[in-house]
Amino acid sequence: MIEVRNVTKTYGSTKVLDDVSLTIAPGGVTSIIGANGAGKSTLLSIIGRLLPADSGRVTVDGLDVATTPGATLAKRLAVLRQENHTSIRLSVRELVAFGRFPHSRGRLNATDLAAVDEAIAYFELEEFADRQLDQLSGGQRQRAHVAAVLCQDTDYVLLDEPLNNLDMRHSVQMMRRLRRMARDFAKTVVLVVHDINFASCHSDEVIAMRDGGVVAQGPTAELMTPELLSTVFDLDIAVHDIGGNRIGVYYS
Amino acid sequence: MSRVTSAETFARARRREHRVLALLALAAVAVVVAFCVIALRGNWEYALTIRARKVAAMVVVGCAVAVSSVLFQTVTNNRVLTPGIMGFDSLFVLVQTLVVYFFGALALSSADPRLLFAGQVVFMVVFAGALYRWLFGRRSRDLYVLVLVGVVCGTLFSSLSSLAARLINPNDFVVLQDTLFASFNSVDQDLLVVSAVLVAVVSLWMGRLFRRLDVLALGREHALNLGVDHRSVVNQVLVAVAVLVSVATALVGPITFLGLLVANVARQLAGVSRHRVVVPASALLAVVALVGGQLVLERVFSLDTALSVIINFVGGIYFIALLIREAKR
Repeated sequence: MIEVRNVTKTYGSTKVLDDVSLTIAPGGVTSIIGANGAGKSTLLSIIGRLLPADSGRVTVDGLDVATTPGATLAKRLAVLRQENHTSIRLSVRELVAFGRFPHSRGRLNATDLAAVDEAIAYFELEEFADRQLDQLSGGQRQRAHVAAVLCQDTDYVLLDEPLNNLDMRHSVQMMRRLRRMARDFAKTVVLVVHDINFASCHSDEVIAMRDGGVVAQGPTAELMTPELLSTVFDLDIAVHDIGGNRIGVYYS
Repeated sequence: MSRVTSAETFARARRREHRVLALLALAAVAVVVAFCVIALRGNWEYALTIRARKVAAMVVVGCAVAVSSVLFQTVTNNRVLTPGIMGFDSLFVLVQTLVVYFFGALALSSADPRLLFAGQVVFMVVFAGALYRWLFGRRSRDLYVLVLVGVVCGTLFSSLSSLAARLINPNDFVVLQDTLFASFNSVDQDLLVVSAVLVAVVSLWMGRLFRRLDVLALGREHALNLGVDHRSVVNQVLVAVAVLVSVATALVGPITFLGLLVANVARQLAGVSRHRVVVPASALLAVVALVGGQLVLERVFSLDTALSVIINFVGGIYFIALLIREAKR
């Protein structure tokens, strides 16, 4: 269980997160939605201990992320940010293998190597597994990074915009994989998603944020209403039932 | 397409790395032997002792420069800057000059050299830490700003040193110059032994961090995600870099571009960024460059110029090429 209690974060004079409290139950896919600057990524980074909170507390299974040793936390919680620039030469396979570091401490055994192969196959990366990252397209690189995070094999997986740079086919596959992973291995997946319809079709729960605060949290079907979405995004959004999914239409 | 497994791929990469390291070791041994025996005339026992001492100095300096440069590039996440380019060794020269300026050459020669050296290293650690926090602590800065700061710092420190050197009396100046620009021809034996021990200890200490440094090279956030204590590793590396730069500069004076050259060429040869490979490879390359360079200098140019001039000429061109390549990305 992820518990966020009274978390506040300020950059300069702008309050990015204002006294946020929420609880994410274990198991299932939770999507955080909201307009640009709503504080989604900052919240995810604080839960993933990449950023310190100014005040407040975040615990994951009772472990305070600010004080628990990094090596302990890295076996339970994995986080991937939006920009993932690495300045060193690295092949996809080497990157994915780094995901095993919390378990192997750099000495890969047979189990680790098998997990690397499995993650590469799972994300259909075999074709360019031994190419350098800087020779890949943005979408291929994104898949390699997600594969590395999943190779870490943690109970909690936090992903900031995992659909970045992915085409439609790969976006759908990515969401299906995350969903299947959450279901089959009882993992807790928390995503920041821009496309509300991906959030609607693939998540169990949605957290809607606006101006550094949580507007609503609940089962996806309950939150996918024109009223709520219009408040969150400042935009008229019609919601239709299509093939059993709630689809927001806002293009025209 | 037959499926390639990671076990095979990594095993093949390890074999390649071993081959590269073995070849470099062979090259290093070859230049050392060549340096010792070429044109050995007269009392060969005496000449050999002199040459062996020179080689030992070059090995110690080469290792110190190579290790400090690779580690500095890892913690700053860039491949263009080195402690040399950021003006660390000029700072060491400045500190030494200021000691003479304020306390006189007598203090420099009568004080316990180990105590003096320890004091200088502490100063370097403080400075390196402050500079790192200031420049690299926040979000990533523009590479050109960093290069500029480095050039400004280096120039400022060396100008201050030469100003102070002009203000002190001529006798003190001679003593100072003697300690500063010892060059490989006149390295003090006691200092050499102490330096060798220091470099060995620091290198072993850093060797224990190699696997964590591999992760750190991915960037701060990846390192945190994978459970590496970023702050602690960076602090340890900064202390190590300060010690190594001090040792190298105390022995032979600044060789600005040597570290840049060997760290990057080693990465290119090895084809990987793993520290277990890159660090020894660049140390071996540094030995080849220094000993080989000195050999060419003595036999071809008959000592007409200084080794640092040649290395900085080649390294400087390489530095500009790197900058241009980075700018295109």
